[in-house]
Amino acid sequence: MTAIEEKKADLNENIMILTGNHAAAHAFRQAKVGVISAYPITPQSPVVEKIAEFIAEGKLKARFVKVESEHSALAVCCAASATGSRVGTATSAHGLELMYEMLPWAAGNRLPIIINLATRSLGAPWSVWTDHSDFITIRDVGWIQFMCENNQEIYDTNLQAFKIAEDPRVYLPAIVAYDGYILSHTMMPVKLENQDKIDEFLPPLNHHINLSDISQVKGIDPVTTPHIVKRTEGTAPGYYEYRYALQKSLESSIDIIKEVHDEFARKFGRSYGNGIYKKIQTEDADTIIFAMGSVSSQARVAIKKLREEGLKIGIVSLKLFRPYPFKELREFFKDKENIIVFDRDIGYGYEGVLSYELKAALYSLKERPNIKGFIVGLGGRDVKTEHIITGVHKALDEFKQGIFTNETDFLGLRLDELSDYDESTYFKRG
Amino acid sequence: MVNVMDLPEEEFIYPGTRACAGCGMALIYRIALKALGAKTLITVPASCLTVLHGMQGFCSTKISVYHTPFATTGASASGILASLEDKGLEDEITVLAFAGDGGTTDIGIQALSGAAERETNFIYACYDNEAYMNTGVQRSGSTPLGVKTTTTPEGKLVHKKNMPKILEAHGIPYVATGIASYPLDLYEKFKKARDIHGSKYFHILSPCPPGWGYEPKDTILIGRLAVQTGFWILYEVENGILKLSRASSRYLDPSKRKPIEDYLMAQKRFSQMTQQEIEVYKTYINDMWADINRRIQNQD
Repeated sequence: MTAIEEKKADLNENIMILTGNHAAAHAFRQAKVGVISAYPITPQSPVVEKIAEFIAEGKLKARFVKVESEHSALAVCCAASATGSRVGTATSAHGLELMYEMLPWAAGNRLPIIINLATRSLGAPWSVWTDHSDFITIRDVGWIQFMCENNQEIYDTNLQAFKIAEDPRVYLPAIVAYDGYILSHTMMPVKLENQDKIDEFLPPLNHHINLSDISQVKGIDPVTTPHIVKRTEGTAPGYYEYRYALQKSLESSIDIIKEVHDEFARKFGRSYGNGIYKKIQTEDADTIIFAMGSVSSQARVAIKKLREEGLKIGIVSLKLFRPYPFKELREFFKDKENIIVFDRDIGYGYEGVLSYELKAALYSLKERPNIKGFIVGLGGRDVKTEHIITGVHKALDEFKQGIFTNETDFLGLRLDELSDYDESTYFKRG
Repeated sequence: MVNVMDLPEEEFIYPGTRACAGCGMALIYRIALKALGAKTLITVPASCLTVLHGMQGFCSTKISVYHTPFATTGASASGILASLEDKGLEDEITVLAFAGDGGTTDIGIQALSGAAERETNFIYACYDNEAYMNTGVQRSGSTPLGVKTTTTPEGKLVHKKNMPKILEAHGIPYVATGIASYPLDLYEKFKKARDIHGSKYFHILSPCPPGWGYEPKDTILIGRLAVQTGFWILYEVENGILKLSRASSRYLDPSKRKPIEDYLMAQKRFSQMTQQEIEVYKTYINDMWADINRRIQNQD
């Protein structure tokens, strides 16, 4: 076979039509995860169903602890990671919120656990459809947070996430998120890489904590005072120093995230911008749409039409949400005129989180771009091309008039259809 | 039957822990570790035992300890075991979960129930000092009737949960009760549990001088009174068969039991109990024993 034929054969052999959830499951299989623990929740469940299938078929030699809650799922993951195994789980919305107590625990303990999050809105009222509300609630607990835009990216980001999380310069947990249903249940071609190549890229975990080595006696995470403790046996940091180290590792992990992304790109021939964000038609653009996940995908369609109108517009799709890449964003946006942010979330009581965080990050620029944020698509309401176009027009119009506000502006609301709806019935139920 | 000379000399807790003087838990822990030996991994939630383990960077045990949030003891034991299985070490290392009564009967019951249902191969020991002692003596699901705590200043109005029975209902191969005052009984039971495959549950009464209101020197005495009055019954249930332990077997006969007042009145926590409540206790104890007796009769 010629080199081209070989490449073609390789491609044909390994391309599968997979949902986002199954792409994540295949990544876990090929990362040779040792311990998995999970609890069912829509729309994540097919991830762990597929993993159970792999184990039953002997394709993955992992222990799958089928627990009675997500709180226990992450507790199992933490303990198994501290005992030296490569571990991971998957969840959505309320599952992630139930895990909440264990999230800062995993980060503080520096455990390289990977969670796949099929995003879903938070009740009440009950909703199983996507928005990014769950994803943004964990932004202050010390995890690396990725958002994906397609199923190949889910697979690739998982493989990278293990390598990043397990890097001795990092040792941090990471979450790989993708929109519920829009990706979790939608099939796309995904290239699964050759196992030998993955093994080269992702060697076995060499953990900094390994309770299974009983020759080393360790007391993991005892009560840690505000003070440095000095004894004849040695000196131990206080809580403050531990948490300083966590923050510094998160900050410096950006370089390792880029490094691993680039290594992956060289080895497997696929890249996602600079590993931090993806630029779409930004070269000549003075106006930039800033969004992530499903919203960026929809904006890709919208800018075609906006460009037809003569606007010089592009997109920055944020892939790395934590650590927040403020330096990279500041560098990119320093010459731009207008930024329109579309948040599929709200920092309730303030505005969309992407919007206010970007405003804060760009504050130190001498010439700050105009920024306006919109809320879109909460609880799975379709984010339509026309919503994005309307938003861009409205924002540019306000910028012209010199209107800058932190008030929330919603696109795709249909309040007019509620004219015959008596709101008081909602509040006086029962 | 072991005697004190049979106990290994090796200690797995260093002297000078941060436990209170006269702490029942410290004694229970010491004996349990002697029985299980060095090839053990321990998981511990927020509890008095966290205090015993000491401050950052140092460990007061010669065995590795994993500290885990309050509700997760059973889950963390499952995680440690799953990782040991991942590494093929599950037959070499015993997983021990050690939690207080609040961590077991209240906030940790779900994770424990899950671990037992999954037939997780581990030992779970609940040391029961009958209230949230570490946070300043608040009532728990395991606080007995009439006990004065900081959240039941009028005395607790309901009985404690029968946790060993709840665990038995999971169909696990071994359930045992114990008490700090009978260390040899504890030692034998832990030794036996170590060699049984599956989930093993211990419910161990742990007299607590500051929480119960008695002098630290009286821990053994108070614990013995708990057994001698019939308030606390020592037994083990192996594959569904209940066997009274030696120290308790004679109290199947009510006439052998000391008056319950001897136990209650020796502790400040019961000091405001009325005669009427004491009568309720007498019925409660008789009912517990009648239940045990029925089971023993039906087994034969």
